[in-house]
Amino acid sequence: MTPVSPDLDRRFRDAAAREGLLDVAYDVVDSPIGALFVAATDRGLCRISYDAEPEREVESLAKAFGLRVLRSTRPIDAARHQLDEYFDGKRHRFELDVDLAPQADFNRLVLHELARVPYGEVVTYGQLAARAARPRAARAVGMVMNRNPLPIVLPCHRVVGANGKLVGYAGGLDRKETLLRLEGALL
Amino acid sequence: MTEMTLPPFERFYEAHREEIYAFLVRRLGHDRAEDAFQETFLRALRAYPKLRHGEHLRAWAYTIASRIAVDEHRRPRPDVDLPELAHLDGRPAFAELEHLADALPPTERAAVVLRYGYDLDYADIGTALGSNATAARQAASAGIRRLRRKDLS
Repeated sequence: MTPVSPDLDRRFRDAAAREGLLDVAYDVVDSPIGALFVAATDRGLCRISYDAEPEREVESLAKAFGLRVLRSTRPIDAARHQLDEYFDGKRHRFELDVDLAPQADFNRLVLHELARVPYGEVVTYGQLAARAARPRAARAVGMVMNRNPLPIVLPCHRVVGANGKLVGYAGGLDRKETLLRLEGALL
Repeated sequence: MTEMTLPPFERFYEAHREEIYAFLVRRLGHDRAEDAFQETFLRALRAYPKLRHGEHLRAWAYTIASRIAVDEHRRPRPDVDLPELAHLDGRPAFAELEHLADALPPTERAAVVLRYGYDLDYADIGTALGSNATAARQAASAGIRRLRRKDLS
C-alpha cells in the first residue's frame, strides 16, 4: 500500500486554506521556550498554546470556531515569521490581526488594553485594570491574563504583581522570566 | 439514542486519508490518484458543515472518492486518444441508484450504491463500511430486497 506522500498531504492542506474552506488553520511553531501551538481563523490569530496536546486543542478550537479545523502551514507563516523575529530580538511589535470573537466583552476589553503595553515595560494587574476602566478589578484582570488565548503576542508576561514580583504565568514563571529578560525588562 | 458527534475535520482526514488514497490508487493508478485525492477531501471539506452527525463517515468518504474516480475514468486522458464509447442511455447508473436508494437505511443504501452504482467489489465495500465482504454482501442484498418490496407496494 502506497502511503500518502508528505508532498501530497501538504498540497491538500495548502489547497484547503487557499480555497477558504477552513474555520481554523493551525501549526506548531518552534521557539526558544518550547514548541508553540499556533492557530488562526480568516479574521486573525486565535490561539497560541504552550505544552499543547494537539488533539485537545483541535477539539477546543472546533467548539469555539467551527469543525473545519486543519493543520496547514501557510496561514500560520506570518505569525511564525514574526515570532522568530521577536525571539531574535529584532521585533518589538507584532503586526498581526487577532480574532477574539469568542471572548467575553470584559476579557476582550482587557486584552485590547494589554496589547498596548509596550515592549520591555511592565504594568501591574491593578494598573491594567484601571486602564480598562475597572480600577478595582485587579483580580479579574489576573484571571483574564491566566486565560489569555494569545500569550507572547498579547503580552501578559508584562503584567506583574503590585510589589513588582512576577506572581504567575499560565506557561510557567520560567517562561515569563525568559520573555522579560529577552525584552530587557529584567536584569 | 445518542448519535456520534462529528469530529473536527483534522481527525476525519487523519483517520481516512490513507485508505482513501489506496482505494484511489487501485482505481486510477498513481498519477491520477493524487488529483482525485485532493478533490475528494476538498469536496468533503465543502460538505462538512452540512453533516448532522458523525455516523458512516467512512462510507461517506468512500462514496465521494468513488464518484470522483468515476468522473476521472470518464475524462479522456490527454495523452491517449481513445474513441468515445456509446452509452446505452445517457444517465449514469449511480445517479439513478442514489435516487432510488434514498429511502433505505444508511448502511444498506451505501452498500447498494457502492455495489451497483459504482461497481466496487464486496471487499472494498466492506472496508468502506467498516465491516467485511460478507457483511457488505448481506447489506446490499437486504437493500435490494427492500427496494423490490417497495416497488411492488
